[in-house]
Amino acid sequence: MKYSYFPGCTLKSKATELDKYARDCAAVLGFEMEEIENWQCCGGVYPMARDEIATKLSSVRALADAKAHGRKLLTLCSACHNVIKQVNNDILTDSDICSRANNYLKLDDPYNGETEVVHYLEVLRDEVGFGELKKAVKNPLKGKKIAAYYGCLLLRPGAVMAMDDPENPRIMEDLIRALGAEPVIYPQRNECCGGYLSLDDPEAVAKRRKKIADSAKEFGADMFITACPLCMYNLNKADSSVPVYYFTELLAEALGVKE
Amino acid sequence: MHRIGVFVCHCGTNIAATVDVKAVAEAALNETGVVFSADYQYMCSEAGQTLVQDTIKEHKLTGVVVCSCSPRMHEATFRKAAAKAGLNSYMVEIANIREQCSWIHKDMMSGTEKAVILMRAAVAKVKLNAPLTPGQTPVTKRALVIGGGIAGIQTALDIAEAGFDVDIVEKQPTIGGKMTQIDKTFPTLDCASCILTPKMVDCAQNEKIHIYSYSEVESVTGFVGNFTVKIKRKARYIDEKKCTGCGECIEKCPMKKVPNEFNLGLDNRKAIYIPFAQAVPKVATIDSNYCIKLKTGKCGLCSTVCGAGAIDYTQQDTIIEEKYGAIVAATGYNPINIEKFDEFAYSQSPDVITSLELERLMNAAGPSNGTLVRPSYLSNQHDPEAHPHTIVFVQCVGSRSTECRKGSKEYCSKICCMYTAKHAMLIREKYPDTDVYVFYIDVRTPGKLFDEFYRRAVEQYGVHYIKGMVGKVAPKADGKLNVQASDLISNEQLHIDADLVVLATAIEPDKSARSIGTMLTASMDTNDFFTEAHPKLRPVESPTAGVFLSGVAQGPKDIPETVTQASAAAAKVIGILVKDQLTGNPCVAHSDELMCNGCSACEKVCPYGAITYSDKEFRQPDRTVAIRRVASVNPAVCQGCGACTVACPSGAMDLKGFSNQQIMAEVDAICR
Repeated sequence: MKYSYFPGCTLKSKATELDKYARDCAAVLGFEMEEIENWQCCGGVYPMARDEIATKLSSVRALADAKAHGRKLLTLCSACHNVIKQVNNDILTDSDICSRANNYLKLDDPYNGETEVVHYLEVLRDEVGFGELKKAVKNPLKGKKIAAYYGCLLLRPGAVMAMDDPENPRIMEDLIRALGAEPVIYPQRNECCGGYLSLDDPEAVAKRRKKIADSAKEFGADMFITACPLCMYNLNKADSSVPVYYFTELLAEALGVKE
Repeated sequence: MHRIGVFVCHCGTNIAATVDVKAVAEAALNETGVVFSADYQYMCSEAGQTLVQDTIKEHKLTGVVVCSCSPRMHEATFRKAAAKAGLNSYMVEIANIREQCSWIHKDMMSGTEKAVILMRAAVAKVKLNAPLTPGQTPVTKRALVIGGGIAGIQTALDIAEAGFDVDIVEKQPTIGGKMTQIDKTFPTLDCASCILTPKMVDCAQNEKIHIYSYSEVESVTGFVGNFTVKIKRKARYIDEKKCTGCGECIEKCPMKKVPNEFNLGLDNRKAIYIPFAQAVPKVATIDSNYCIKLKTGKCGLCSTVCGAGAIDYTQQDTIIEEKYGAIVAATGYNPINIEKFDEFAYSQSPDVITSLELERLMNAAGPSNGTLVRPSYLSNQHDPEAHPHTIVFVQCVGSRSTECRKGSKEYCSKICCMYTAKHAMLIREKYPDTDVYVFYIDVRTPGKLFDEFYRRAVEQYGVHYIKGMVGKVAPKADGKLNVQASDLISNEQLHIDADLVVLATAIEPDKSARSIGTMLTASMDTNDFFTEAHPKLRPVESPTAGVFLSGVAQGPKDIPETVTQASAAAAKVIGILVKDQLTGNPCVAHSDELMCNGCSACEKVCPYGAITYSDKEFRQPDRTVAIRRVASVNPAVCQGCGACTVACPSGAMDLKGFSNQQIMAEVDAICR
């Protein structure tokens, strides 16, 4: 299976490992990620303003490109996934946004929400299958107690993201089990890391960081895994007591493709 | 020659403020056949009706048109008046110049113009009216109550009290319903089973009442006065007549690990069981999903110990058929599934429970014998940690929800504010060392002695009522529950370490209601509550004749309201059963056999099963005889909905009182 891949800016700068390990693992697991040509930044935050259209166009371009290739659009970064999937939902459900986006872009073939947006985790669960993944594991992560950190963007709004139950998710826990490690279920796993508050209120983010880490440690976690570069940035500081990894890095380690 | 009288009503200023009623009356005189017209302030008043009646006699009217409110309001009134004056009731037509005219127009000109048009249409129609006589059908003097909770029990008792036979069909092994699981009732705090079980026993002992427990309604056919119902008696593998309810079999049954639904899975029961001590009928039931004998063929212990020889492993489901004059739907409710509300951690911690589960935990016959313990300590109740010190109640879990989350309800479940106040009060009374918090959106306590009750919880018992919702319940490693909530009045975020969290879960109609509604052709709303015939004036009747509503099946309500409605439904049923004959609606469909081509289109659309086909002999123009398949309508079953007249491709089907010809005449008059 070949996917059109939208890496996003951060995966080209601060979060190169998230991107690199994902590609390495895909090769082992038998699916291809073909990067969309000339993709642009997703905007980073889904625009809530009802009349905002310009900031949604980059997502529509990526979606239309995947459609032109007849492929699903694959994402890795929680924020990109959230923005693109929500914009796709707007195109599907709001005829006003749909027609305005098409009027701006003047595409040869109008885009009406045909593309399916999938996150790398969903590919592992639904296309590869955690059972198959388990068979492909060469170095089971035995004895590791891993806390999956979802943050807010990956699962919410639940009805649009439709990946998992936002209040009691299990997709990353199932991944951790498939890799041979023990998932740690702790209540703060789907709470906010502080997000962009790190720019103007680092104190607030530090509080969140402590709360999340304390909660994970309370239940015996050795490490966090996340899919979100911003969560990584906020959780992984000098004062952090629990190390944070991208889920793809542990996946690569378990599959034996980490150099 | 037509002699039509037109009567235009002012309805005070309801009509007269927007319609020039005098002009309408004058315009009527221009219509051919109209010999009299008048306007009057309140045509439905006694004086107005007398005017109609006197005019009918004086002017020897052949038809009457009343320009007034909706026919749903006063058609029956004027029909009765006309009949008293010697004119056939069905020679009266109503032109609705209120709801469809004066109320929706602001301007006198357009209002009057439309009223004149509506009057003209009614005159055109009444000229084609024919006198109709309603038919009579006999009444089966027996009622069916579907559901044996407090609603069904009260309805059955009242019907039996009036001297009529009544059957209760209950799908559980015992009657009693949800009320049997409730510990105490608000606002008087009397014990629920103490007031309920005598009524259950009354049902069992009443010769007029027959209880079909562990049974379900399979199908319903027929119509008001003459329903035929198939009831499935599910195999309970016990001969109900022989079983004495001694419980010896339960004692000996080796299969102990069956989740006990009566205690909501908080403890286990045996595979052979009597749900609770006061069950009616008090006979055992074998759960075929768990019985070792039924599953593997080995065991059979219960049959060896049963002195009465009541156990019969070969029992099969049986279907019985009964006839009824009226049916009451009392199918009840359940708390919603709150799996999708896991911010409250219901599926993550045993110490997060629903309010109904709390009822069982506080009940002397419950899993903890009435001692309030944290469910995580149910198997270790003497541990000092078992007793909860801080208890948080969360209101409106799944109720009053505008989000699209699966399972959430837009409506208010109505009973939760009161039962939560009850729980909080009872806990503070029995365990003064506890801290009790209630998080609410609004506290809704209308009802006799209800607000006083709630205030007692706050003022006398010191329950902490906090306006605001709980955002998250986070189970901690030590088993405590960190409750994060907002206090909207002091604008603070609160963090409370609780031992027990109780969710006031929304209630929804029982899942069986939808299929029973379909069998009864009784309409339901989008939430699967049965719809009443009129939300204010006919609140216990379904729009389907002969079907009545009792209890939460119609909408959320507490026990006093349920009992009130149950008795009201019984009164309506008795109103039917006392009659020997029912007068039908003569505005029914009939088929012109000469035009019918036997296509079955009408039969397929008829929602009441009123149309049948038969082969009949017809003389052809050449004097030979041909046999053709033609439709005929059972006028007693037909409800006059008109679906068949629209479906009929050959125009053979027509509705009396609403014939195609009449409707075309109305359209012509409007377009003139």
